Amino acid sequence: MDFDPERPYRKAEQVELRPEPFGALAYHFGTRRLSFLKTPTLVDVVTGLERHDDVHATLDAAGVPEAQRGAYIAALAELAGTGTIEPRP
Amino acid sequence: MKLTEHFQYGLDAPICLTWELTYACNLACVHCLSSSGRRDPDELSTAECKAVIDELARMQVFYVNIGGGEPTVRSDFWEIVEYAVGHHVGVKFSTNGIKLTPERAAWLAGTDYVDVQISLDGATADVNDEVRGPGSYDTAIAAMRNLHDAGFGEFKISVVMTRHNVDQLDDFKAIADRFGAQLRITRLRPSGRGADTWHELRPTAAQQRRLYDWLVARGESVLTGDSFFHLSAYGEALPGLNLCGAGRVVCLIDPVGDVYACPFAIHEEFLAGNVRSDGGFVHVWRDSELFADLRRPQHGGACTSCGYYDSCQGGCMAAKFFTGLPLDGPDPECVRGFGEQALAGVDGASVPRSEVDHSRTGKQGPVPVSIGMGPPDRACDESPLAGMRAG
Ligand code: SF4
Ligand code: SF4
Repeated sequence: MDFDPERPYRKAEQVELRPEPFGALAYHFGTRRLSFLKTPTLVDVVTGLERHDDVHATLDAAGVPEAQRGAYIAALAELAGTGTIEPRP
Repeated sequence: MKLTEHFQYGLDAPICLTWELTYACNLACVHCLSSSGRRDPDELSTAECKAVIDELARMQVFYVNIGGGEPTVRSDFWEIVEYAVGHHVGVKFSTNGIKLTPERAAWLAGTDYVDVQISLDGATADVNDEVRGPGSYDTAIAAMRNLHDAGFGEFKISVVMTRHNVDQLDDFKAIADRFGAQLRITRLRPSGRGADTWHELRPTAAQQRRLYDWLVARGESVLTGDSFFHLSAYGEALPGLNLCGAGRVVCLIDPVGDVYACPFAIHEEFLAGNVRSDGGFVHVWRDSELFADLRRPQHGGACTSCGYYDSCQGGCMAAKFFTGLPLDGPDPECVRGFGEQALAGVDGASVPRSEVDHSRTGKQGPVPVSIGMGPPDRACDESPLAGMRAG
């Protein structure tokens, strides 16, 4: 399913994050796939997803500047593609 | 800072941690990187292994590559695996297949967070058994069949590339496809008993080129543990990090608890500490002087002027070290031929050897390719980026 920033998401249940100086490493225990969250803000966004009704509200809450919204949405779409984040029912 | 630069400076915990549980092995592969054979009396006990796992869990090491020797010959092996996955430390273990009975395969198929890697160094019994020992091909194939029949899913078949099997690449892929497995090929390095056989077993220059082309055509469908980044100097970079991860994102815990910078670097020069010491593994990883050194920017030496340095980085530290080449120069298998030139100038007597040798055949000295009993295998995805995606 395509990534839809109008919908609610969450960090996938099988994914764990490990803080690192650049942001975090994300590991999916099901697919055994590692991903990087390349900035601390992206870590805040990924962990904040489940507290908001949609992705836009999550980006607002994490203080993502307007000019970077596109880049963040693209990064989240990629994370959704690899199963690092998933739609919330 | 680019992400790869963060990797150079090291991470809070390793991404690619290999843990060799025993030096004991039922085989005696002629290229064994850890010169395994006999058990070491000082190997970590079950309780000590569990303490290491507790530590890895606290450090959030997501998974560990378990190898040996042949790890499954430890009588507490399955207990250790269960303990690890129970503490949320995933396990990928490398085996020659000796203990992978149908019952065990069924157990594995029903256990989460476990991945299995079967070593195979020839797509035919003659090529495989020459290196890994008589009967080892049949053992490996039987293990694969058991995993397949048990519905394990996609396990790995791990092949060390030699002069005798590069031409079998398509056959290896076919074997993997037959068992629903994923093919992983890695580089032969002059480590352990590999030091004695490297010169005769390593692929020729023409084979290296063919291997590179084959990999480029397969993209990410074949795993390499990032072990061929020195071939990137042929042109397009191969998928992966293109960086020696030793001590930065890669390391080895050996059966007696010694921590080395890389599984292919078992030598006191690359020994950072021991998990039994105060502070344990976490202290060694974060504070050892050796690792601090390896995390400083490295000098390319003679390679700096090479146009391919960005992707090749002068190749593999262990390969240079165990062939007597300077660490800040070209890889012995430099695709531009500088390694061959450098090798020609090396005085054999000055080439460093590992003191750590548990070979059953007795001491260091060439192990004739024809005798083999069987070999162990390599465990680590040296590549910190294996399977990773930028996100
Ligand atoms: S490049 Fe060589 S020394 Fe460096 S991590 Fe890989 S195998 Fe080890
Ligand atoms: S000269 Fe050095 S950087 Fe260039 S291809 Fe050879 S090993 Fe790689």
